[in-house]
Amino acid sequence: MSSATIETQGNALTYATIEPDAGLTAALAMSRSDIIDTLGESGLKGRGGAGFPTGMKWNFCAAEKADQKYIICNADEGEPGTFKDRVILTRFADLVFEGMTIGGRAVGATLGIVYLRAEYSYLRPHLNEAIKSRRERGLLGRSIMGVEGFDFDIITALGAGAYVCGEETALIESLEGFRGEPRNRPPFPVVAGLLNNPTVVNNVETLASVAAIFARGTGWFKGFGTDKSTGYKLFSVSGDCDKPGVYEFSWGITVAELLGEVGGEGAKAVQIGGASGVCVPARDFSRRLAFEDVATGGSIMVIGPQRDILDVAENFLEFFVEESCGQCTPCRLGNPQMLRAVQLLREGACPPKFLADVKALGATMQVASKCGLGQTSPSAFLSILEGFDDEISKRAPSA
Amino acid sequence: MVESQQEQLRSEIAELVDRLGADRSSLIPILQDVKRRRHAVDGEAMQVIADMLDIHPVEVYSVASFYAFLHGAPQGAHVIRLCRTVSCDFAGKDAVADALRAELGIDFDQTTEDGVFTLEWASCIGMCDQGPALLVGDEVRTRVTADDVCAIVADCRSTTGRAAS
Repeated sequence: MSSATIETQGNALTYATIEPDAGLTAALAMSRSDIIDTLGESGLKGRGGAGFPTGMKWNFCAAEKADQKYIICNADEGEPGTFKDRVILTRFADLVFEGMTIGGRAVGATLGIVYLRAEYSYLRPHLNEAIKSRRERGLLGRSIMGVEGFDFDIITALGAGAYVCGEETALIESLEGFRGEPRNRPPFPVVAGLLNNPTVVNNVETLASVAAIFARGTGWFKGFGTDKSTGYKLFSVSGDCDKPGVYEFSWGITVAELLGEVGGEGAKAVQIGGASGVCVPARDFSRRLAFEDVATGGSIMVIGPQRDILDVAENFLEFFVEESCGQCTPCRLGNPQMLRAVQLLREGACPPKFLADVKALGATMQVASKCGLGQTSPSAFLSILEGFDDEISKRAPSA
Repeated sequence: MVESQQEQLRSEIAELVDRLGADRSSLIPILQDVKRRRHAVDGEAMQVIADMLDIHPVEVYSVASFYAFLHGAPQGAHVIRLCRTVSCDFAGKDAVADALRAELGIDFDQTTEDGVFTLEWASCIGMCDQGPALLVGDEVRTRVTADDVCAIVADCRSTTGRAAS
Protein backbone atom coordinates (compact mmCIF):
# COMPACT_ATOMS: atom_id res chain seq x y z
CA MET A 1 0.00 0.00 0.00
CA SER A 2 1.29 3.42 -0.93
CA SER A 3 2.30 5.75 1.86
CA ALA A 4 0.13 8.44 0.29
CA THR A 5 -2.98 6.55 1.37
CA ILE A 6 -2.12 7.01 5.03
CA GLU A 7 -0.81 10.54 4.74
CA THR A 8 -4.27 12.07 4.75
CA GLN A 9 -4.56 14.62 7.56
CA GLY A 10 -7.64 15.83 9.43
CA ASN A 11 -8.97 15.58 12.97
CA ALA A 12 -9.30 12.64 15.37
CA LEU A 13 -11.67 9.93 14.16
CA THR A 14 -14.01 8.05 16.48
CA TYR A 15 -13.37 4.86 14.52
CA ALA A 16 -9.86 4.78 16.01
CA THR A 17 -11.40 4.36 19.47
CA ILE A 18 -13.84 1.54 18.69
CA GLU A 19 -12.80 -1.74 20.28
CA PRO A 20 -12.25 -4.37 17.57
CA ASP A 21 -15.12 -6.85 17.22
CA ALA A 22 -17.03 -5.44 20.18
CA GLY A 23 -19.87 -4.57 17.80
CA LEU A 24 -19.93 -8.01 16.24
CA THR A 25 -19.89 -9.67 19.66
CA ALA A 26 -22.81 -7.53 20.84
CA ALA A 27 -24.80 -8.09 17.64
CA LEU A 28 -24.35 -11.87 17.70
CA ALA A 29 -25.83 -11.96 21.17
CA MET A 30 -29.05 -10.48 19.73
CA SER A 31 -31.82 -12.01 17.67
CA ARG A 32 -31.89 -11.04 14.01
CA SER A 33 -34.90 -8.82 14.46
CA ASP A 34 -33.29 -7.12 17.46
CA ILE A 35 -30.24 -6.30 15.35
CA ILE A 36 -32.45 -4.61 12.77
CA ASP A 37 -34.52 -2.84 15.42
CA THR A 38 -31.36 -1.54 17.06
CA LEU A 39 -30.09 -0.20 13.78
CA GLY A 40 -33.45 1.44 13.10
CA GLU A 41 -33.40 2.94 16.58
CA SER A 42 -29.94 4.45 15.92
CA GLY A 43 -31.35 6.48 13.01
CA LEU A 44 -28.34 5.63 10.85
CA LYS A 45 -28.79 6.81 7.27
CA GLY A 46 -26.66 5.79 4.30
CA ARG A 47 -23.33 7.61 4.29
CA GLY A 48 -22.77 7.38 0.55
CA GLY A 49 -24.93 10.40 -0.15
CA ALA A 50 -28.46 9.20 -0.73
CA GLY A 51 -29.22 8.92 2.98
CA PHE A 52 -31.63 5.99 2.94
CA PRO A 53 -32.30 4.63 6.47
CA THR A 54 -30.00 1.62 6.86
CA GLY A 55 -32.24 -0.26 9.30
CA MET A 56 -35.12 -0.03 6.86
CA LYS A 57 -32.97 -1.32 3.99
CA TRP A 58 -31.85 -4.30 6.07
CA ASN A 59 -35.39 -4.96 7.17
CA PHE A 60 -36.65 -5.14 3.57
CA CYS A 61 -33.91 -7.60 2.70
CA ALA A 62 -34.46 -9.69 5.82
CA ALA A 63 -38.16 -10.01 4.96
CA GLU A 64 -37.38 -11.62 1.60
CA LYS A 65 -37.42 -15.40 1.38
CA ALA A 66 -34.44 -16.69 -0.59
CA ASP A 67 -31.75 -19.35 -0.41
CA GLN A 68 -29.02 -16.86 -1.16
CA LYS A 69 -28.67 -13.21 -0.14
CA TYR A 70 -25.74 -10.84 -0.39
CA ILE A 71 -24.20 -7.91 1.47
CA ILE A 72 -22.32 -5.64 -0.90
CA CYS A 73 -19.93 -3.00 0.35
CA ASN A 74 -19.94 -0.13 -2.12
CA ALA A 75 -16.28 0.91 -2.24
CA ASP A 76 -16.64 2.52 -5.66
CA GLU A 77 -15.81 5.91 -4.17
CA GLY A 78 -15.86 7.97 -7.35
CA GLU A 79 -17.64 11.18 -6.43
CA PRO A 80 -15.21 14.01 -7.15
CA GLY A 81 -13.71 15.33 -3.95
CA THR A 82 -14.45 12.34 -1.78
CA PHE A 83 -11.75 10.14 -0.30
CA LYS A 84 -12.98 9.26 3.19
CA ASP A 85 -13.76 5.68 2.16
CA ARG A 86 -10.14 5.30 1.06
CA VAL A 87 -9.08 6.38 4.55
CA ILE A 88 -11.59 4.05 6.24
CA LEU A 89 -10.49 1.10 4.09
CA THR A 90 -6.86 1.89 4.81
CA ARG A 91 -7.14 2.42 8.56
CA PHE A 92 -10.34 0.71 9.68
CA ALA A 93 -11.02 -2.11 7.19
CA ASP A 94 -11.90 -4.49 10.03
CA LEU A 95 -14.77 -2.24 11.13
CA VAL A 96 -16.18 -2.38 7.60
CA PHE A 97 -15.92 -6.18 7.54
CA GLU A 98 -17.51 -6.29 10.98
CA GLY A 99 -20.42 -4.19 9.71
CA MET A 100 -20.82 -6.51 6.72
CA THR A 101 -20.79 -9.55 9.00
CA ILE A 102 -23.44 -8.02 11.26
CA GLY A 103 -25.47 -7.32 8.12
CA GLY A 104 -25.05 -10.92 7.01
CA ARG A 105 -26.41 -12.11 10.33
CA ALA A 106 -29.32 -9.66 10.29
CA VAL A 107 -30.62 -10.31 6.79
CA GLY A 108 -29.54 -13.94 6.42
CA ALA A 109 -26.82 -13.43 3.81
CA THR A 110 -23.91 -15.82 3.50
CA LEU A 111 -21.62 -13.84 1.22
CA GLY A 112 -20.29 -10.31 1.34
CA ILE A 113 -18.61 -8.63 -1.62
CA VAL A 114 -16.48 -5.51 -1.46
CA TYR A 115 -16.72 -3.73 -4.83
CA LEU A 116 -13.51 -1.71 -4.93
CA ARG A 117 -13.01 0.93 -7.59
CA ALA A 118 -10.19 0.24 -10.07
CA GLU A 119 -8.44 3.44 -9.02
CA TYR A 120 -8.02 1.96 -5.52
CA SER A 121 -6.64 -1.39 -6.70
CA TYR A 122 -3.53 -0.79 -4.56
CA LEU A 123 -5.76 -1.31 -1.50
CA ARG A 124 -6.92 -4.76 -2.58
CA PRO A 125 -3.97 -6.80 -1.18
CA HIS A 126 -4.40 -5.02 2.17
CA LEU A 127 -8.14 -5.82 2.21
CA ASN A 128 -7.62 -9.44 1.17
CA GLU A 129 -5.03 -9.82 3.92
CA ALA A 130 -7.43 -8.45 6.53
CA ILE A 131 -10.16 -10.82 5.31
CA LYS A 132 -7.77 -13.77 5.49
CA SER A 133 -6.83 -12.83 9.03
CA ARG A 134 -10.50 -12.65 10.03
CA ARG A 135 -11.07 -16.14 8.59
CA GLU A 136 -8.13 -17.46 10.61
CA ARG A 137 -9.58 -15.95 13.78
CA GLY A 138 -13.03 -17.48 13.21
CA LEU A 139 -14.59 -14.07 12.46
CA LEU A 140 -15.48 -15.19 8.95
CA GLY A 141 -16.33 -18.63 7.66
CA ARG A 142 -18.47 -21.27 9.31
CA SER A 143 -20.20 -20.83 12.66
CA ILE A 144 -18.72 -17.41 13.26
CA MET A 145 -17.76 -16.76 16.89
CA GLY A 146 -19.21 -20.16 17.69
CA VAL A 147 -22.73 -19.23 16.58
CA GLU A 148 -24.01 -22.49 15.14
CA GLY A 149 -25.29 -22.08 11.59
CA PHE A 150 -24.01 -18.53 11.12
CA ASP A 151 -21.81 -18.83 8.03
CA PHE A 152 -20.56 -15.71 6.29
CA ASP A 153 -17.58 -14.95 4.10
CA ILE A 154 -16.30 -11.86 2.28
CA ILE A 155 -14.55 -11.51 -1.08
CA THR A 156 -13.30 -8.48 -2.98
CA ALA A 157 -14.10 -7.54 -6.58
CA LEU A 158 -12.43 -4.84 -8.62
CA GLY A 159 -14.24 -2.23 -10.71
CA ALA A 160 -12.92 -1.22 -14.10
CA GLY A 161 -13.17 2.55 -14.16
CA ALA A 162 -16.76 3.78 -14.30
CA TYR A 163 -18.22 6.45 -11.99
CA VAL A 164 -21.75 5.25 -12.68
CA CYS A 165 -20.97 1.92 -10.99
CA GLY A 166 -21.26 3.73 -7.67
CA GLU A 167 -25.01 3.59 -8.38
CA GLU A 168 -26.09 0.37 -6.71
CA THR A 169 -27.85 -1.30 -9.63
CA ALA A 170 -25.03 -0.39 -12.05
CA LEU A 171 -22.61 -1.84 -9.52
CA ILE A 172 -24.59 -5.08 -9.52
CA GLU A 173 -24.64 -5.19 -13.32
CA SER A 174 -20.86 -4.79 -13.26
CA LEU A 175 -20.45 -7.61 -10.73
CA GLU A 176 -22.56 -9.83 -12.98
CA GLY A 177 -20.23 -9.14 -15.90
CA PHE A 178 -22.26 -6.56 -17.81
CA ARG A 179 -21.91 -2.90 -18.75
CA GLY A 180 -22.43 -0.71 -15.71
CA GLU A 181 -25.84 0.51 -16.79
CA PRO A 182 -28.35 1.21 -14.01
CA ARG A 183 -31.49 -0.89 -13.84
CA ASN A 184 -35.02 0.33 -13.46
CA ARG A 185 -36.12 0.38 -9.84
CA PRO A 186 -38.30 -1.23 -8.56
CA PRO A 187 -37.50 -3.98 -8.05
CA PHE A 188 -34.92 -2.68 -5.60
CA PRO A 189 -31.78 -4.71 -4.89
CA VAL A 190 -33.14 -5.72 -1.47
CA VAL A 191 -35.77 -7.69 -3.39
CA ALA A 192 -33.90 -8.65 -6.59
CA GLY A 193 -30.26 -7.67 -6.62
CA LEU A 194 -27.17 -9.67 -7.48
CA LEU A 195 -28.13 -12.65 -9.65
CA ASN A 196 -31.73 -11.76 -8.78
CA ASN A 197 -31.19 -12.53 -5.12
CA PRO A 198 -32.02 -10.12 -2.27
CA THR A 199 -29.01 -7.85 -1.84
CA VAL A 200 -28.07 -5.08 0.55
CA VAL A 201 -25.73 -2.46 -0.91
CA ASN A 202 -24.18 -0.21 1.73
CA ASN A 203 -21.47 2.41 1.57
CA VAL A 204 -18.11 1.75 3.26
CA GLU A 205 -18.70 4.39 5.93
CA THR A 206 -22.24 3.15 6.64
CA LEU A 207 -20.86 -0.31 7.42
CA ALA A 208 -18.12 1.05 9.67
CA SER A 209 -20.80 3.07 11.49
CA VAL A 210 -22.84 -0.11 12.00
CA ALA A 211 -19.89 -1.69 13.83
CA ALA A 212 -19.47 1.43 15.97
CA ILE A 213 -23.18 1.58 16.84
CA PHE A 214 -23.22 -2.02 18.06
CA ALA A 215 -19.99 -1.51 19.98
CA ARG A 216 -21.15 1.63 21.80
CA GLY A 217 -24.92 1.59 21.68
CA THR A 218 -27.63 3.65 20.03
CA GLY A 219 -27.77 6.17 22.90
CA TRP A 220 -24.11 7.00 22.38
CA PHE A 221 -24.59 7.36 18.61
CA LYS A 222 -27.66 9.55 18.96
CA GLY A 223 -25.69 11.80 21.28
CA PHE A 224 -24.11 13.18 18.10
CA GLY A 225 -25.86 15.10 15.37
CA THR A 226 -29.44 16.34 15.10
CA ASP A 227 -32.84 14.68 15.56
CA LYS A 228 -33.18 13.92 11.86
CA SER A 229 -29.48 13.31 11.21
CA THR A 230 -28.12 11.21 14.01
CA GLY A 231 -24.46 10.51 14.58
CA TYR A 232 -21.27 11.82 13.12
CA LYS A 233 -20.03 11.90 9.56
CA LEU A 234 -16.70 11.91 7.79
CA PHE A 235 -16.06 14.79 5.43
CA SER A 236 -13.47 14.76 2.66
CA VAL A 237 -12.14 18.30 2.54
CA SER A 238 -10.05 19.58 -0.36
CA GLY A 239 -9.51 22.64 -2.50
CA ASP A 240 -8.61 26.13 -1.32
CA CYS A 241 -8.03 25.59 2.39
CA ASP A 242 -4.97 25.35 4.64
CA LYS A 243 -5.69 21.93 6.10
CA PRO A 244 -7.31 19.55 3.59
CA GLY A 245 -8.02 16.05 4.84
CA VAL A 246 -10.65 13.76 6.32
CA TYR A 247 -12.61 15.32 9.17
CA GLU A 248 -15.22 13.91 11.48
CA PHE A 249 -18.02 16.24 12.54
CA SER A 250 -21.42 15.75 14.05
CA TRP A 251 -24.25 16.34 11.59
CA GLY A 252 -25.58 19.87 11.90
CA ILE A 253 -22.28 21.75 11.66
CA THR A 254 -22.60 24.91 9.56
CA VAL A 255 -20.53 25.46 6.44
CA ALA A 256 -18.87 28.45 8.15
CA GLU A 257 -17.91 26.37 11.21
CA LEU A 258 -16.46 23.68 8.98
CA LEU A 259 -14.43 26.23 7.02
CA GLY A 260 -13.05 27.56 10.31
CA GLU A 261 -11.85 24.08 11.26
CA VAL A 262 -10.08 23.45 7.97
CA GLY A 263 -8.59 26.88 7.36
CA GLY A 264 -10.92 27.75 4.53
CA GLU A 265 -12.19 31.14 5.70
CA GLY A 266 -12.53 33.62 2.90
CA ALA A 267 -13.84 31.05 0.41
CA LYS A 268 -16.29 32.42 -2.10
CA ALA A 269 -18.16 29.15 -2.37
CA VAL A 270 -18.12 25.55 -1.23
CA GLN A 271 -19.10 22.69 -3.47
CA ILE A 272 -20.88 20.22 -1.20
CA GLY A 273 -21.52 16.65 -2.28
CA GLY A 274 -19.07 16.53 -5.17
CA ALA A 275 -19.88 17.06 -8.82
CA SER A 276 -23.40 15.79 -8.19
CA GLY A 277 -23.84 18.12 -5.21
CA VAL A 278 -24.64 21.80 -4.87
CA CYS A 279 -22.50 24.91 -4.94
CA VAL A 280 -23.14 27.01 -1.82
CA PRO A 281 -22.13 30.69 -2.13
CA ALA A 282 -20.58 32.59 0.80
CA ARG A 283 -23.86 34.31 1.68
CA ASP A 284 -25.32 30.90 2.55
CA PHE A 285 -22.46 29.65 4.76
CA SER A 286 -24.81 29.55 7.75
CA ARG A 287 -26.48 26.52 6.18
CA ARG A 288 -26.06 23.23 8.01
CA LEU A 289 -24.64 19.96 6.81
CA ALA A 290 -27.46 17.56 7.65
CA PHE A 291 -30.06 15.51 5.81
CA GLU A 292 -32.65 18.21 6.61
CA ASP A 293 -30.57 21.02 5.08
CA VAL A 294 -27.58 20.29 2.83
CA ALA A 295 -27.34 16.49 2.65
CA THR A 296 -24.04 15.09 1.47
CA GLY A 297 -21.90 12.03 1.15
CA GLY A 298 -19.15 14.21 2.57
CA SER A 299 -17.32 15.78 -0.36
CA ILE A 300 -16.37 19.36 0.52
CA MET A 301 -14.47 21.30 -2.11
CA VAL A 302 -13.47 24.78 -0.99
CA ILE A 303 -13.52 27.35 -3.77
CA GLY A 304 -11.30 30.37 -3.09
CA PRO A 305 -12.00 33.96 -4.18
CA GLN A 306 -9.43 33.73 -6.99
CA ARG A 307 -11.37 31.02 -8.87
CA ASP A 308 -13.62 31.48 -11.87
CA ILE A 309 -16.85 29.76 -10.88
CA LEU A 310 -17.49 28.82 -14.51
CA ASP A 311 -14.22 26.85 -14.55
CA VAL A 312 -15.68 24.76 -11.76
CA ALA A 313 -18.98 24.28 -13.60
CA GLU A 314 -17.14 23.35 -16.79
CA ASN A 315 -14.95 20.84 -14.97
CA PHE A 316 -17.99 19.08 -13.47
CA LEU A 317 -19.88 18.99 -16.74
CA GLU A 318 -16.90 17.58 -18.64
CA PHE A 319 -16.87 14.91 -15.94
CA PHE A 320 -20.54 14.07 -16.45
CA VAL A 321 -20.26 14.03 -20.24
CA GLU A 322 -17.42 11.53 -19.81
CA GLU A 323 -19.11 9.42 -17.12
CA SER A 324 -22.73 9.30 -18.33
CA CYS A 325 -23.37 5.67 -19.26
CA GLY A 326 -25.38 6.85 -22.27
CA GLN A 327 -28.32 4.58 -21.61
CA CYS A 328 -31.03 7.18 -21.09
CA THR A 329 -31.60 10.18 -23.32
CA PRO A 330 -31.96 13.04 -20.79
CA CYS A 331 -28.53 12.32 -19.30
CA ARG A 332 -26.74 11.40 -22.53
CA LEU A 333 -27.92 14.49 -24.41
CA GLY A 334 -28.52 16.88 -21.52
CA ASN A 335 -25.03 17.01 -20.06
CA PRO A 336 -23.37 18.11 -23.33
CA GLN A 337 -25.97 20.90 -23.66
CA MET A 338 -25.20 22.19 -20.15
CA LEU A 339 -21.49 22.01 -20.93
CA ARG A 340 -22.09 23.99 -24.13
CA ALA A 341 -24.00 26.65 -22.18
CA VAL A 342 -21.16 27.03 -19.67
CA GLN A 343 -18.62 27.35 -22.45
CA LEU A 344 -20.72 30.03 -24.15
CA LEU A 345 -21.17 31.84 -20.84
CA ARG A 346 -17.41 31.88 -20.37
CA GLU A 347 -17.06 33.55 -23.73
CA GLY A 348 -19.81 36.00 -22.85
CA ALA A 349 -21.68 34.69 -25.84
CA CYS A 350 -24.55 32.65 -24.46
CA PRO A 351 -27.87 33.73 -25.99
CA PRO A 352 -30.41 34.27 -23.17
CA LYS A 353 -32.97 32.06 -24.91
CA PHE A 354 -30.49 29.19 -25.12
CA LEU A 355 -29.57 29.63 -21.46
CA ALA A 356 -33.24 29.59 -20.44
CA ASP A 357 -33.80 26.45 -22.51
CA VAL A 358 -30.82 24.68 -20.99
CA LYS A 359 -31.95 25.60 -17.47
CA ALA A 360 -35.33 24.07 -18.26
CA LEU A 361 -33.55 21.04 -19.71
CA GLY A 362 -31.61 20.73 -16.43
CA ALA A 363 -34.87 20.68 -14.49
CA THR A 364 -36.20 18.02 -16.86
CA MET A 365 -33.08 15.89 -16.38
CA GLN A 366 -33.60 15.98 -12.62
CA VAL A 367 -36.93 14.21 -12.99
CA ALA A 368 -36.57 12.29 -16.25
CA SER A 369 -33.14 10.67 -15.95
CA LYS A 370 -33.07 7.00 -15.09
CA CYS A 371 -30.56 7.07 -12.25
CA GLY A 372 -28.93 9.36 -9.75
CA LEU A 373 -26.21 10.41 -12.16
CA GLY A 374 -28.47 12.25 -14.59
CA GLN A 375 -30.86 13.30 -11.83
CA THR A 376 -28.10 15.11 -9.94
CA SER A 377 -25.71 16.27 -12.65
CA PRO A 378 -27.71 19.49 -13.24
CA SER A 379 -27.51 20.43 -9.51
CA ALA A 380 -24.09 22.09 -9.62
CA PHE A 381 -24.89 23.84 -12.92
CA LEU A 382 -28.22 25.20 -11.69
CA SER A 383 -26.92 26.20 -8.25
CA ILE A 384 -23.94 27.99 -9.78
CA LEU A 385 -26.20 29.93 -12.18
CA GLU A 386 -28.41 30.90 -9.28
CA GLY A 387 -25.73 31.63 -6.71
CA PHE A 388 -23.32 33.52 -8.96
CA ASP A 389 -25.66 35.41 -11.27
CA ASP A 390 -23.67 38.65 -10.81
CA GLU A 391 -20.34 37.07 -11.67
CA ILE A 392 -21.79 35.23 -14.65
CA SER A 393 -24.06 37.90 -16.12
CA LYS A 394 -21.15 40.34 -16.32
CA ARG A 395 -19.96 38.20 -19.18
CA ALA A 396 -23.31 37.83 -20.87
CA PRO A 397 -23.66 39.52 -24.26
CA SER A 398 -25.12 43.01 -24.18
CA ALA A 399 -28.68 43.07 -25.43
CA MET B 1 8.06 -26.56 -29.86
CA VAL B 2 7.24 -22.87 -30.01
CA GLU B 3 3.62 -22.04 -29.30
CA SER B 4 2.06 -19.81 -31.91
CA GLN B 5 0.85 -16.45 -30.59
CA GLN B 6 -2.69 -17.61 -31.15
CA GLU B 7 -2.14 -20.77 -29.12
CA GLN B 8 -0.49 -18.79 -26.37
CA LEU B 9 -3.47 -16.43 -26.19
CA ARG B 10 -5.86 -19.38 -26.01
CA SER B 11 -3.93 -21.09 -23.26
CA GLU B 12 -3.66 -17.86 -21.26
CA ILE B 13 -7.39 -17.31 -21.43
CA ALA B 14 -8.16 -21.00 -20.80
CA GLU B 15 -6.06 -20.80 -17.65
CA LEU B 16 -8.03 -17.70 -16.53
CA VAL B 17 -11.37 -19.39 -17.21
CA ASP B 18 -10.20 -22.43 -15.24
CA ARG B 19 -9.28 -20.25 -12.30
CA LEU B 20 -12.21 -17.80 -12.38
CA GLY B 21 -14.95 -20.03 -13.74
CA ALA B 22 -16.89 -19.90 -17.00
CA ASP B 23 -19.74 -17.82 -15.55
CA ARG B 24 -20.68 -14.47 -17.01
CA SER B 25 -19.50 -12.82 -13.79
CA SER B 26 -15.95 -13.87 -14.68
CA LEU B 27 -15.96 -11.68 -17.78
CA ILE B 28 -14.64 -8.48 -16.21
CA PRO B 29 -11.93 -10.18 -14.12
CA ILE B 30 -10.81 -12.03 -17.28
CA LEU B 31 -10.73 -8.80 -19.30
CA GLN B 32 -8.78 -7.09 -16.51
CA ASP B 33 -6.18 -9.81 -16.50
CA VAL B 34 -5.80 -9.87 -20.28
CA LYS B 35 -5.48 -6.09 -20.31
CA ARG B 36 -2.86 -6.15 -17.55
CA ARG B 37 -0.72 -8.73 -19.33
CA ARG B 38 -1.15 -7.64 -22.92
CA HIS B 39 -1.93 -3.92 -22.53
CA ALA B 40 -4.91 -4.33 -24.85
CA VAL B 41 -7.94 -6.53 -25.39
CA ASP B 42 -7.90 -7.03 -29.14
CA GLY B 43 -10.54 -8.58 -31.36
CA GLU B 44 -8.92 -11.98 -31.26
CA ALA B 45 -8.82 -12.02 -27.46
CA MET B 46 -12.48 -10.99 -27.39
CA GLN B 47 -13.38 -13.85 -29.73
CA VAL B 48 -11.50 -16.39 -27.60
CA ILE B 49 -13.09 -15.11 -24.38
CA ALA B 50 -16.53 -15.21 -26.01
CA ASP B 51 -15.99 -18.83 -27.14
CA MET B 52 -14.90 -19.95 -23.70
CA LEU B 53 -17.71 -18.17 -21.82
CA ASP B 54 -20.21 -19.22 -24.50
CA ILE B 55 -21.43 -15.69 -25.19
CA HIS B 56 -21.47 -13.62 -28.39
CA PRO B 57 -18.25 -11.67 -29.07
CA VAL B 58 -20.35 -8.50 -29.33
CA GLU B 59 -21.21 -9.00 -25.66
CA VAL B 60 -17.51 -9.02 -24.83
CA TYR B 61 -16.90 -5.93 -26.96
CA SER B 62 -19.87 -4.20 -25.36
CA VAL B 63 -18.45 -4.70 -21.87
CA ALA B 64 -14.80 -4.05 -22.74
CA SER B 65 -15.66 -0.79 -24.49
CA PHE B 66 -17.74 0.46 -21.56
CA TYR B 67 -15.05 0.63 -18.90
CA ALA B 68 -12.26 3.22 -18.83
CA PHE B 69 -9.69 0.69 -17.60
CA LEU B 70 -10.52 -1.86 -20.31
CA HIS B 71 -11.33 -0.04 -23.51
CA GLY B 72 -9.34 1.55 -26.26
CA ALA B 73 -6.29 1.11 -28.42
CA PRO B 74 -3.27 -0.92 -27.26
CA GLN B 75 -1.61 0.86 -24.36
CA GLY B 76 1.99 1.24 -23.34
CA ALA B 77 3.61 -0.87 -20.66
CA HIS B 78 3.12 2.09 -18.32
CA VAL B 79 -0.16 3.96 -18.22
CA ILE B 80 0.04 7.34 -16.54
CA ARG B 81 -3.35 8.75 -15.56
CA LEU B 82 -3.43 12.33 -14.33
CA CYS B 83 -6.45 13.39 -12.29
CA ARG B 84 -8.28 16.29 -13.90
CA THR B 85 -11.01 16.86 -11.33
CA VAL B 86 -11.50 20.19 -9.55
CA SER B 87 -9.26 19.83 -6.50
CA CYS B 88 -6.31 18.53 -8.51
CA ASP B 89 -7.03 21.28 -11.03
CA PHE B 90 -6.85 23.93 -8.27
CA ALA B 91 -3.63 22.32 -7.02
CA GLY B 92 -1.93 22.81 -10.38
CA LYS B 93 -2.59 19.81 -12.61
CA ASP B 94 -2.11 21.89 -15.79
CA ALA B 95 1.60 22.41 -15.12
CA VAL B 96 2.00 18.67 -14.50
CA ALA B 97 0.08 17.91 -17.70
CA ASP B 98 2.38 20.18 -19.71
CA ALA B 99 5.46 18.55 -18.19
CA LEU B 100 4.12 15.07 -19.01
CA ARG B 101 3.38 16.07 -22.60
CA ALA B 102 6.87 17.54 -22.99
CA GLU B 103 8.70 14.67 -21.31
CA LEU B 104 6.87 11.94 -23.24
CA GLY B 105 6.42 13.82 -26.51
CA ILE B 106 2.76 12.78 -26.72
CA ASP B 107 -0.60 14.25 -25.84
CA PHE B 108 -3.26 12.72 -23.62
CA ASP B 109 -4.94 9.57 -25.01
CA GLN B 110 -1.77 8.77 -26.96
CA THR B 111 0.93 6.12 -26.65
CA THR B 112 4.63 6.66 -27.30
CA GLU B 113 5.98 5.11 -30.49
CA ASP B 114 8.15 2.68 -28.53
CA GLY B 115 5.02 1.40 -26.81
CA VAL B 116 6.34 2.18 -23.35
CA PHE B 117 3.99 4.96 -22.20
CA THR B 118 0.33 5.82 -22.50
CA LEU B 119 -0.91 9.14 -21.14
CA GLU B 120 -4.53 9.48 -20.02
CA TRP B 121 -6.75 11.74 -17.98
CA ALA B 122 -8.42 10.23 -14.95
CA SER B 123 -11.62 11.28 -13.26
CA CYS B 124 -11.20 11.88 -9.51
CA ILE B 125 -8.83 9.27 -8.04
CA GLY B 126 -9.58 10.10 -4.41
CA MET B 127 -6.35 11.91 -3.59
CA CYS B 128 -7.97 15.34 -3.57
CA ASP B 129 -6.24 16.36 -0.33
CA GLN B 130 -2.82 15.70 -1.83
CA GLY B 131 -3.13 16.90 -5.42
CA PRO B 132 -2.06 17.09 -8.10
CA ALA B 133 -2.29 13.31 -8.11
CA LEU B 134 -1.73 10.68 -10.75
CA LEU B 135 -1.70 6.93 -11.12
CA VAL B 136 1.28 5.13 -12.67
CA GLY B 137 -0.29 1.76 -13.41
CA ASP B 138 -1.74 0.77 -10.03
CA GLU B 139 0.48 3.07 -8.01
CA VAL B 140 -0.57 6.47 -6.83
CA ARG B 141 1.68 9.55 -6.75
CA THR B 142 0.62 12.66 -4.91
CA ARG B 143 1.65 16.31 -4.67
CA VAL B 144 3.25 15.91 -8.07
CA THR B 145 5.05 18.95 -9.47
CA ALA B 146 6.29 19.56 -12.99
CA ASP B 147 9.81 18.94 -11.64
CA ASP B 148 8.82 15.43 -10.46
CA VAL B 149 7.71 14.32 -13.89
CA CYS B 150 11.21 13.60 -15.17
CA ALA B 151 11.93 11.23 -12.25
CA ILE B 152 8.54 9.51 -12.53
CA VAL B 153 9.15 8.78 -16.21
CA ALA B 154 12.73 7.63 -15.53
CA ASP B 155 11.45 5.27 -12.80
CA CYS B 156 9.08 3.70 -15.30
CA ARG B 157 11.79 3.32 -17.93
CA SER B 158 14.04 1.54 -15.45
CA THR B 159 11.34 -1.07 -14.78
CA THR B 160 10.13 -1.47 -18.35
CA GLY B 161 11.99 -4.74 -18.87
CA ARG B 162 10.30 -6.18 -15.83
CA ALA B 163 6.87 -4.83 -16.71
CA ALA B 164 7.04 -6.24 -20.21
CA SER B 165 8.18 -9.68 -19.16
